[in-house]
Amino acid sequence: MRHVLIAEVEDHPGVLNRIASLFRKRAYNIESLAVGHSHRPGISRMTIVVEEDHKEAIQVAKQLDKLIEVVSVNDVTEQRHVSREMALAKVAAPEMKRTEILQLANVYRAQVVDVSPGSIILEITGDEDKIDSFVEIFRPYGILELSRTGEVAMVRGRAMPTPAMVADEGPAA
Amino acid sequence: MKRTGAEIILDSLVAHGVHTVFGYPGGACLPLYDALYHYQDRINHILVRHEQGAAFAADGYARASGDVGVCIATSGPGVTNLVTGIAGAHMDSVPIVALTGQVPRNLLGTDGFQETDATGVMLPVTKHNWLVMNAEELPRVMEEAFYIANTGRKGPVQVDVPKDVYLEEVEFNDFPPPNIPGYNPDEGMQPDPTLVRAAAEVIHRSEKPIILAGHGIHYSHAYDELLEFAEKANIPVITTLHGVSSFPESHELSFGMVGMHGNLYANWAVDRADLLISLGMRFDDRVTGRLEDFATEARIIHVDIDPAEIGKNVTTDVGIVADLKPTIRALIDEIDKLDHSPWVKQICQWREEHPSLAIRETEIVLPQWVIRQIYHITNGEAVVVTDVGQAQMWAAQHFWYDRRNTFFSSGGLGAMGYAFPASIGVKYARPNEQVWCIIGDGGFQMTLQDLAVVKEHNVDVKIAIINNNHLGMIRQWQTLFYDSRFISAKLENPDFVKLAEAYGLAGLRATSKEETLKVLKEAAEIPGPVVLDLVVDEVEKVYPMVPAGSSLAETIEGDEVEEARYA
Repeated sequence: MRHVLIAEVEDHPGVLNRIASLFRKRAYNIESLAVGHSHRPGISRMTIVVEEDHKEAIQVAKQLDKLIEVVSVNDVTEQRHVSREMALAKVAAPEMKRTEILQLANVYRAQVVDVSPGSIILEITGDEDKIDSFVEIFRPYGILELSRTGEVAMVRGRAMPTPAMVADEGPAA
Repeated sequence: MKRTGAEIILDSLVAHGVHTVFGYPGGACLPLYDALYHYQDRINHILVRHEQGAAFAADGYARASGDVGVCIATSGPGVTNLVTGIAGAHMDSVPIVALTGQVPRNLLGTDGFQETDATGVMLPVTKHNWLVMNAEELPRVMEEAFYIANTGRKGPVQVDVPKDVYLEEVEFNDFPPPNIPGYNPDEGMQPDPTLVRAAAEVIHRSEKPIILAGHGIHYSHAYDELLEFAEKANIPVITTLHGVSSFPESHELSFGMVGMHGNLYANWAVDRADLLISLGMRFDDRVTGRLEDFATEARIIHVDIDPAEIGKNVTTDVGIVADLKPTIRALIDEIDKLDHSPWVKQICQWREEHPSLAIRETEIVLPQWVIRQIYHITNGEAVVVTDVGQAQMWAAQHFWYDRRNTFFSSGGLGAMGYAFPASIGVKYARPNEQVWCIIGDGGFQMTLQDLAVVKEHNVDVKIAIINNNHLGMIRQWQTLFYDSRFISAKLENPDFVKLAEAYGLAGLRATSKEETLKVLKEAAEIPGPVVLDLVVDEVEKVYPMVPAGSSLAETIEGDEVEEARYA
């Protein structure tokens, strides 16, 4: 199952290396990792999507949390959250197809960010499903290049994710 | 006050009570050594003969003292030679601060002479590491280094310092208290009372409970608590390899070690228990055997300081993330006085019927018998440091550990060559104790160059080479699982006695039982290091044994039993 983790990490050189090393060492299936500044100075925020069962996802969160420079880890999969991904797609657009492509782009609320002879670059933002669907629809026209950012996520409502939970197995019944 | 980077580092060592360090100089860390010249009255530097020995010695020192071990190496080959020792410390949660030199800042990333991406190489085998690019950072980094190494689940850290940063002069006043937003080990020290009550409830309902005691008992100094808990709850205690010497083996509730070479009755007890109270251990595959069939009837209470260990390998019924000492104390307060005598009797009966630790009467010298003689000759008071393989297992099985924290071994990593340098570290930590290094002829040849160290400093360790002229465990596996196709198992050994003499040390050889008794006695009386070449039977195997991939229930007792079974 797909798990979405949000990690806050100290903004130090080498942090990404530590996280990548952990995923490699323990052979976790990582689907995407997006990183950038957070609202707190000196703290970067990562959204990590892993394809693991529940037990392994808990391990991923715990192992991440053990890294000294990781300040907090939160598995938001089961929490109400919004997630967005951005993609740039360079679509083959010969003149005769251009109108059709632009109409379709409009359906997806994709922005045209470049028009060149023979191709158009579209920018689209949405959840993973929307981007997947967008890619499928445009594939027949010829996607010359595709660049996806990976998912970023945020829990609805309350201010900040709580630190990682560790009590996966509750008291015995 | 103006201080150089190197002086700040050494001030930090002094401030943390470090009086012995193990290391090897080289170009990139010469400024550190130059500063050390002026600290010789406070810091004793032991020059090992290979950096791996420095890491192993620091490991032994840390385990035996309870303090942080410190080792020093230069850039490039110095740091890569440290890796094995640091990786072992990482697996076994041993607190070490590794100080490594690096090429000057202007050469970083240029493939300079003796440059290695030292923090990159060490990253997966350290709890944390730093490349310190400015001397101003050193007071903070050194403070964090000791703090991280020696708190929570302990482990090795590395401080990599470019040559010119050692020399950089900065204004230095004090070491700031560590302030690391993502690291709060103090939070996880006290057990959640709800979980303690839940654990007590499970204990009260159990008829066949077992306590599995691991390395954590040592680190938490929870010896008194373990003893009191076992007695009050009347629960048999079985240890992991690292749990050896955490509970007196002469105690009526002690049933020795579990696992691949655990006692048959201990393995059966774990297999048939209805409750495992696992204290500071991590369900390593050498402990559990085939995981799917591990203790299938047991509920599991797991106490560990590392949250990631709870639920990692086995599913727990009650997982408590906390320091063992207060947790066991809380459990003692929470439980009633219990009686499990039918269950204890059952295990005792298994022990009578299958005495795993009985040694056959033979003419030839059996390695198990040698270990038992070391036990007798030292009145069971030796501190034992073992290597990896057959001799390690025999030392764990056949020396009986009644004294706390007197058994040291490379467990998780299983690094051959550990025992001898580690025993040097152990001796520096516990100078008033008899330290015996029990090592195979193979393992000894991996790091024997430190014979020069024990000679130079008259480090009184008794090096007992259990010499079967083989990589014994390799031979055992090739016999059992590869139809006796022996390859690279036989060793063409040097004359260990002459070797000892070449280093200026006493060397004694024994090839019979009589001689063995004689040389052991002699060695114990010599006030200084001795190399003992104890020649033993070549084909003896370590039993009991759980073949890799089998379950604890399938523990093999020994050759004779097997032969009888198939006759």
